Amino acid sequence: MKILYFAWLRQKIGTGEERKDIPANVTTVSQLVDWLRSEGDHYADAFKDTSAIKVAINQEFADFNATVQSGDEVAFFPPVTGG
Amino acid sequence: MAVRVQVEDFDLGMELKQLTDGNHAIGGLCSFVGLVRDMTKTDDGEMTRSAAMTLEHYPGMTEKMLERIETEAHERWPLESSLIIHRYGRMDAGEQIVLVAASSAHREAAFEACHFLIDWLKTKAPFWKVEEDESGKENWVEARDSDDQATERWNKN
Repeated sequence: MKILYFAWLRQKIGTGEERKDIPANVTTVSQLVDWLRSEGDHYADAFKDTSAIKVAINQEFADFNATVQSGDEVAFFPPVTGG
Repeated sequence: MAVRVQVEDFDLGMELKQLTDGNHAIGGLCSFVGLVRDMTKTDDGEMTRSAAMTLEHYPGMTEKMLERIETEAHERWPLESSLIIHRYGRMDAGEQIVLVAASSAHREAAFEACHFLIDWLKTKAPFWKVEEDESGKENWVEARDSDDQATERWNKN
């Protein structure tokens, strides 16, 4: 799975993009976040408060109950502030 | 219809002129330009002077969302032409960040479509701003509820 991080999430995690082999029992965004939290303190810190985090799957806005698969591009970021 | 996501600045006069050139069905052109302010709100709600801003975006998704927003504007209003330019990278106070423009036979459609384009862009296009104060301290700009409300107003009943 290709996982992207933007803005302060990218800074806290220390990378903007990574590829990870996800365990078979991870099938939703929420489960992916829980699994990432277990990957290290910087992940746990970045995902401490998910109410401030948005997600996109394959470049479409999604919610935390959405299904994810190994070939997906999943992006995490704070609410957008362009314009 | 055109969408551009770029680092470099844009020539406002030239961009607007090109939107109407040779099309005499156009009776009105409306545009909005967003600029980098030199004042910003800190986490404590205080106003402070900011020196510069850096915009980050999600390449691929950004273009897709901007094109979708522009298409939606054309479905809602009888537009003759439209343009969205959004910059990313580091910008100093006073620089142009974004341009949205729409033209139509009559002013009403041009005004409304222009307003719609910037309102939707602010809550649906994946850009993030980080401001730098004069000491070099970075501060990620937080999304505003008023922007969500501005978007909400255009949702169909």
